[in-house]
Amino acid sequence: MPEKVLMMALSPTMETGTLVKWRKKEGDTVASGEVLCEVETDKATMDYESTSDGTLLKIVLPAGGQAKVGDTIAILGKPGEDISALLADSKPAAAKPSAAPAAAAAGAPAVSRPAAAAPAATAAAAVSGRVRSSPLARQIASQKGIDLRTIRGSGPNGRIVKRDLDSLPAGAGAPRAPTAAGVTARVYQPGPGDEVVPVSQMRKVIARRLSESMYTAPHYYLTVAVGMDELLAKRALLNEGREKKASLNAFLMALAGRALLRHPQVNSTWNGDTIIRHSSADIGLAVALPEGLITPVVRDCGRKGILAIDAELTALIEKARAGKLAPAEYEGATFSISNLGAAGIDEFTAVINPPGSAILAVGAVRKEPVVQADDSIVVRQRMRATLSCDHRVVDGAVGAAFLRELADMLENPMLALA
Amino acid sequence: MAGYDYDVLILGAGPGGYVAGIRAGQLGLKAAVIERDKVGGVCLNVGCIPSKALIHQAELFRSIPNLKEMGLSVDTKGFDYKHVFDKSRKAADTLVKGVQFLLKKNKVETITGEGALSGKNEITLKDGKKVTGKNIIIATGSRPRVIPGFEFDEKVVLSSTGAIMLSRLPKKALILGAGAIGVEFAHVLNSFGVDVHLVEMLDRILPIEDAEAVQVLSRAFQKRGIQMSTGTKAVSMQKGGAGVSVVLEDKTGTQKTVEADQVLVVVGRTPNTDGIGLDKVGITTERGFISVGDYNQTRVAGIYAIGDVVNTPLLAHIAFKEAEIAVEHIAGKSPHPRIDPLSIPSATYCEPQVASFGLPEWKATEQKVPFAKASFPYRGAGKSVAVEQSEGFVKVMYDPKTKEILGVHIVGADATEIIHEMLLGRTAELLPEDIATMIHAHPTLSEAVGEAMRAVEGWAIHI
Repeated sequence: MPEKVLMMALSPTMETGTLVKWRKKEGDTVASGEVLCEVETDKATMDYESTSDGTLLKIVLPAGGQAKVGDTIAILGKPGEDISALLADSKPAAAKPSAAPAAAAAGAPAVSRPAAAAPAATAAAAVSGRVRSSPLARQIASQKGIDLRTIRGSGPNGRIVKRDLDSLPAGAGAPRAPTAAGVTARVYQPGPGDEVVPVSQMRKVIARRLSESMYTAPHYYLTVAVGMDELLAKRALLNEGREKKASLNAFLMALAGRALLRHPQVNSTWNGDTIIRHSSADIGLAVALPEGLITPVVRDCGRKGILAIDAELTALIEKARAGKLAPAEYEGATFSISNLGAAGIDEFTAVINPPGSAILAVGAVRKEPVVQADDSIVVRQRMRATLSCDHRVVDGAVGAAFLRELADMLENPMLALA
Repeated sequence: MAGYDYDVLILGAGPGGYVAGIRAGQLGLKAAVIERDKVGGVCLNVGCIPSKALIHQAELFRSIPNLKEMGLSVDTKGFDYKHVFDKSRKAADTLVKGVQFLLKKNKVETITGEGALSGKNEITLKDGKKVTGKNIIIATGSRPRVIPGFEFDEKVVLSSTGAIMLSRLPKKALILGAGAIGVEFAHVLNSFGVDVHLVEMLDRILPIEDAEAVQVLSRAFQKRGIQMSTGTKAVSMQKGGAGVSVVLEDKTGTQKTVEADQVLVVVGRTPNTDGIGLDKVGITTERGFISVGDYNQTRVAGIYAIGDVVNTPLLAHIAFKEAEIAVEHIAGKSPHPRIDPLSIPSATYCEPQVASFGLPEWKATEQKVPFAKASFPYRGAGKSVAVEQSEGFVKVMYDPKTKEILGVHIVGADATEIIHEMLLGRTAELLPEDIATMIHAHPTLSEAVGEAMRAVEGWAIHI
């Protein structure tokens, strides 16, 4: 009995996938567990393993093609079987919004943290009552990929009609973004000599998640100037004789992890009518990639040693650069750190990375004149760190207390053991 | 309103004017219409209404052969057209009284007299009386257009008004202009035995309608012996004896002279915008029409223009709609500011009837609008066969990508009624499947509408 191979949701946020490469050709035999093809998801390129044995009778989605979760990408069966019925049935189906972690198919770990799939749920919650629209408007919207929830209707009783969509390009209106009504994308015309670059999956996801974070979390920022001489000296000691030197980031993550365990309010997630206080500090570190950025997560930084964190981090960063991070490795950070010191930045503010409620933006370590208690001026190594906080979860005093304790730990690492 | 006699002062009580008055009354505004002749204007008195009465009787007359087929002998010797004419007057008079009643019911004052603007808020009548209004709506309508050399004398050279008021039929009539009016008169006159020659400058009769639909009507006209000369214009005319001699010229330049008892000149209408004081308020005209923006406002705040004085199709239902838009705007409401040009129905009451809205195929092609089309023949709907009226079709023009209804053309019995289901489909932005899947009563001609939409979807059943 021939069966369809469907595009699976390889991550909770995945809606479409691009078929990068078929690892089997039509006519090849496939065993359960063997990799059929490579699929580019919203975050990374993943191996798609077959769940059945059989012969690859037909490739429905060619390399380079894009399909929605649930669409047929191939047909598996016994050689010579009649697949015409299945083929006729394999027109790309409308993607069903996978609000539930459909990642079960890819065997993702039970992510107890409300992953970034939350947008689907919150979007459903935010829409009270159906969207009034004419059948033609719905047709046009679905063809152009416009989310009707973002459009203000000018027809009877606020009905969305064709003229409300006439000025919009395809893809206008962030799908699933529960934003204020009437947020529509503008279209800019390229000028002579301008390059028009198509937006990659990763960029789309960055745009969507970070816009959503900015719209929904009221951000405020706390800055401290941290004396780094002690920490740098300790780091030098630890790294003496080591082939692989522990990075400064590993130190930051270890200390931030401990500080977070002492300030659980900052290690929390806004969940609508509840707040989840996480039991461990899972810290994501922002890593730049050619196409964008990703945040590999080291779990339980508050209880791991610096060297353990560093080893994990190194492995994750290598995977990230190869585009091979699994969703479990980049999702669900309860706190994030972004370090642009190496890029020569002194100070900056970062966008909170959900489900976290805070993110630490770290600048370069620079020699600066510092005024001592006795008003004398000395030269010290200083680093500016700015904490962005989500005011729904973290109030000013709470954020300040956490940042002050973290700054103290950075200046005097022993405090982390005390 | 303090200071003004009326909130809304309307110049003209034709379809535009009287509807404006009624709507104003409904919305609680103090309104008056100024009318120099009878309320109801051209439409009620010498246009739409009497012509439909004549056409109905013409069709009764045409059904005599059907009566004979039942074995009846019908004596037509006593036929007197005057009776037909009288009935058309009765219809007109009844409706004029009806409109007078409606105006009274809505407390709209009717001022009899010929008025002209004497200021931004004032109209002066011929007898010197002045009336003021906070807002003024110009609704003075239009009159038949004159071709130089063919001036109306309403004896042998008739305008549509003269033709409507005929109480005796000519033996032979020449009709110049084959728009809806010319075609309807050809239908009436030919029905009562007049020898009709219909002349049209453009390449087919009903030139603005869809060509495929018009072809059905042309064939029907041909079968009945209505002579048609298309691509032909009238060059000159001579009155003499008991009739006229008209020189016609075709596209090759060949001329020929035709004789007729009367010539009916129906080549369009001219807006009545001269002599109404537009210069007093600084309103200019373009080819006689008053330019208006959203809500039918002129460039002078508080002065609106509706109906045939504005360059939208010269149809009574457009005047109705523009009256509503202007008055609702005056009342502070937000009607849709302009009429969608693709949602204006047009109706020609001949046999078979022609009704349409939106793009005809020739226009879509000319304007390079992408389209797909589907049609369903009347004979596929059982009712048409049962009542021996199976010629015609329902044709749908639609966007190939979104299936938006771009135009519908119906030629056949009752086309002017059944067009409305399709028109609602367009204005409510329905998709063809909405109409295709709706249950249509059987047996009706409307089934042809449902089936035409099924044809769009690729599954028409009774064909």
